[in-house]
Amino acid sequence: MMEFLAMDGYAKYVWGAFGISAILIVATVWLSKRNLAATRQRVLRRIQAMEGKQ
Amino acid sequence: MWNWFHKLASPPHFYRIAALLEPWLLWPALGLLLLGSYGGLVLAPPDYLQGEGFRIIYVHVPSAFLSMFAYVLMAAASAIGLIWRMKLAYCVAAATAPIGAVFTFLALVTGAIWGQPMWGTWWAWDPRLTSELILFFLFLGYIFLREALRDRSQADRASAILAIVGVVNIPIIHYSVEWWTSIHQGPSIAKMDTPSISGDMLWPLLVMIGAYQLLFFAILLTGVRSQVLEREKNARWVNDLLVKGVTGESAG
Repeated sequence: MMEFLAMDGYAKYVWGAFGISAILIVATVWLSKRNLAATRQRVLRRIQAMEGKQ
Repeated sequence: MWNWFHKLASPPHFYRIAALLEPWLLWPALGLLLLGSYGGLVLAPPDYLQGEGFRIIYVHVPSAFLSMFAYVLMAAASAIGLIWRMKLAYCVAAATAPIGAVFTFLALVTGAIWGQPMWGTWWAWDPRLTSELILFFLFLGYIFLREALRDRSQADRASAILAIVGVVNIPIIHYSVEWWTSIHQGPSIAKMDTPSISGDMLWPLLVMIGAYQLLFFAILLTGVRSQVLEREKNARWVNDLLVKGVTGESAG
């Protein structure tokens, strides 16, 4: 197991590349979903505000 | 066929289809990411020259491939928007830019991480690396240009022209290793009939490329839905969709 993790001396490069990729991919998926939810809320508030005026 | 395209280009129809498709892309993408990572990190044998360090290709190559794919899609959607004045095409282009920027950044960072042990440097002003960096700036330029212009139709047209002009960079990135002297290695899997990579190493790479593609489309659909909602905020169907959502019915 330790041998696998050590990657024959390339551990910091291999795990670093996979780690950064995983973090950025998860963050991109999460941000896209959060952005959609925020847009929905913003548009909904706008609709409710306009209906309130009428 | 044309009827189907016309229907798909309708924002409410696209919004609903995208909401249905998204989980069918996202979950298989995550499954393939796990399978490809296992294949690349555990099952693939070490490279005879680069040793275990070669495993970085399993995240670097899919990112680099996707960065170019995203740009071509953004430029094609921009061209469709300009020619046919299709709002949905502008939505696709606008939603592609941030995702493309992220994957281009990933390609640059993972490339730098690979470069340090293999070439002895994090960065070199090599044709492949420099043209990929230009691609990153093109994505950023597209995003900032859209943000800078308040008038939406003006932002659509100006950013579309930038995207279309910038597409000239794509063949430069792809062929840079053949046209100029480069420290970057030549294509390994582009020549599918005679790939210069063994099957044991190739299949996890193809799985990872497929996973990144599915993931890209899953994120893109979410982004396009957001763009569509913002543009169509005065439309009756958005009102129906969101108000029904509030009262307990699924709004997608």
